[in-house]
Amino acid sequence: MGNIKINDRDIVVPGETLAEGMDFVPGFGTYRDGENIIAKNLGLSSIRGKVIKLIPLAGRYYPKNGDVIIGRVQDIMLGGWMIGINCAYHSMLSMKEGTSEFIERGADLTQYFKIGDYVVTKVMNVTTQKLVDVTMKGPGLRKLQGGQVFAINSNKVPRVIGKNGSMIQAIKDATGCQITVGQNGFIWLKGEPAKEIIAREAIDIIEKNSHVSGLTEKIKGFLGNQVK
Amino acid sequence: MTYDKRFDGRKSFDELRPMEAKAGIIKSADGSGFFKIGKTEAIAAVYGPRTLHPRFLQDSSTGILRCHYNMMPFSGCGSRIRPGGNRRSKEISMVMKNALLPVLDLKAFPNSVVDVFVEYPQTDAGSRCAGITAASIALADAGITMTDLVCSVAVGRVDDKVAADLNYDEEAYEDGPVADIPIAMLPNKKTFTLLQMDGEIPKDMFMDALKMGLKVCDQIKELQVKALKDKYGEKK
Amino acid sequence: MNAELRDHLIKALDKGIRFDGRKPDEFRKVTVETDITRNAEGSARVKIGDTELICGVKMGMDKPYPDSPDKGNLMVNVELLPLSSPRFETGPPGLEAIEMARVIDRGIRESGAIDVKNLCVEAGEKVWGVALDICTLNDDGNLHDAGSLAAIAALKSTRYPAFDGTEVDYKTHTDEKLPLSAEPIEVTVYMIGSHLLVDPTAQEQECYDSRITVAFSEDGTIVAMQKGGMGELSIEDIEKMIDLALKKSVELRKLLG
Repeated sequence: MGNIKINDRDIVVPGETLAEGMDFVPGFGTYRDGENIIAKNLGLSSIRGKVIKLIPLAGRYYPKNGDVIIGRVQDIMLGGWMIGINCAYHSMLSMKEGTSEFIERGADLTQYFKIGDYVVTKVMNVTTQKLVDVTMKGPGLRKLQGGQVFAINSNKVPRVIGKNGSMIQAIKDATGCQITVGQNGFIWLKGEPAKEIIAREAIDIIEKNSHVSGLTEKIKGFLGNQVK
Repeated sequence: MTYDKRFDGRKSFDELRPMEAKAGIIKSADGSGFFKIGKTEAIAAVYGPRTLHPRFLQDSSTGILRCHYNMMPFSGCGSRIRPGGNRRSKEISMVMKNALLPVLDLKAFPNSVVDVFVEYPQTDAGSRCAGITAASIALADAGITMTDLVCSVAVGRVDDKVAADLNYDEEAYEDGPVADIPIAMLPNKKTFTLLQMDGEIPKDMFMDALKMGLKVCDQIKELQVKALKDKYGEKK
Repeated sequence: MNAELRDHLIKALDKGIRFDGRKPDEFRKVTVETDITRNAEGSARVKIGDTELICGVKMGMDKPYPDSPDKGNLMVNVELLPLSSPRFETGPPGLEAIEMARVIDRGIRESGAIDVKNLCVEAGEKVWGVALDICTLNDDGNLHDAGSLAAIAALKSTRYPAFDGTEVDYKTHTDEKLPLSAEPIEVTVYMIGSHLLVDPTAQEQECYDSRITVAFSEDGTIVAMQKGGMGELSIEDIEKMIDLALKKSVELRKLLG
């Protein structure tokens, strides 16, 4: 009979034996070594029936098709823009995907996006060699005007957004700030200076406590106290 | 002077110096670790996976690992160390990389690099081992996929005794033969990924020293695990 | 330079507030610890918010420079370690590190903090060399002020190693302190638009126009200065910046104990 060595939602570290015996199945972030299931990432354990997997707590963003992310224009190339997306790879925004306007040969591409601009963009394609193509064509994809952009760990993004966007909506409602959260961990924030500070602090609390349950209530409490 | 007890008051020959480990101490880094053993202090920071320049260094099948061992200019027991590295620091950087690489899986990040920087505010023997132990904490903290942690410690012999975690005075013992054997181990598989030796030692004694290393490495692993879990403040 | 961020910061500064809630003339929490590494003759760790660095002082026997045979040698070096920020790279010191080291060096040298004549052991042959190495551990802006504070705190804690006339015995520290006749403290004031601020975070440091670093000795005498950045300053701006720097240097000095 198999033997689970951990509880659901425990912090586990690489090399830690999570279960013994063949009754369990290794899921994401784990591997089987002989009879044992062992963690290969720092994460939060998740036991679902026979499957033991990890929810990672650290690590850089890994681009996936369809992710809506925030990027920063880093370079202007012959055929488009190179966008930094807070991960191991740059992405390319081709002229065709950058705008639906007709761009004349030799036109000045900085009139669309210049170096240092932040954009909300979508991952279109990731090749095996990690060439990442992004597009500006889609709802909500745009150049960001004003405001500030800061980074959190991308693994914490789901907590910042919350179930059906409940967490981020609570922050927006309480502070009146405009907030866009990129899947890559870049967050754009624009509002009244004093309210921005509250929004940022709330996001900071979520990032630090993302592994703790009951976070939504905690944040609502924090916002309630701050925005009296 | 005969060597019949530890020079720094340790009670047994397999006793390690007092240790301290922490994770997540450098906010700018993707992961970081601190490991102190006796008076040797190592700080490790991990950056990456990130784009690797120049391009010809890239490997299209996997991310690569780079280690950078550096003693701060005021960290040594003698006069100031000129910054900028030397042959010794280059070699140590290389063996550190080889000690850590077997547990890493960077295949998901082709063409990228993971940089590990290890710095020492103060040293008193065993610096490469403390560095590997700190780097292993930092790599796990950075969320890098790894099959196990890596624990490292020096063992050796002083005169006719096999001992663990020699300090500087023991390494410098002059009334009899000394051997210093820095090792790194994977605690699950009980395999060695760093093995160096200088000094003189008969084979039987050498094997005893390795066995002692396997035994004491569990204490280091426990501290590494605790450091990583403490960062998230054990929720229980 | 990030123009969008600069505009956004100026809007906040117009209301007298910064991204982290501080007032423009407010430092983050500053802590100073001394004797933090055993092998150095003197050392200090300074934290300003999330910025952290350490300074170690090594003393050694040098030959004096030919043009100053009876004076000891002083050297300040800054290592912007790649461990402390993704911005920093391995290799020889870049411009940023060199500028920071030279300005801190000037403050210590010109204030006469160390009487280099005292460091002479045998004119023309043997003098003490005092080497300060500032190593960054985490960069979240304002490394310069942190470095200057760490340098003085480390010097204040410096004790001579034992010396028998020929060789230095680094294993034995004497009780003899390195005498300091001044304690210069540097404060950098930044100008963004028409606003002045001190102690920028890394984010704020991305978008300043000009900065002035001013070193003061205890009585408020200016002992070193450096303008940085590509902006222009009027004489009124400069006076305001010096006044603010002086005010802040008095606060920082209290931390030296």
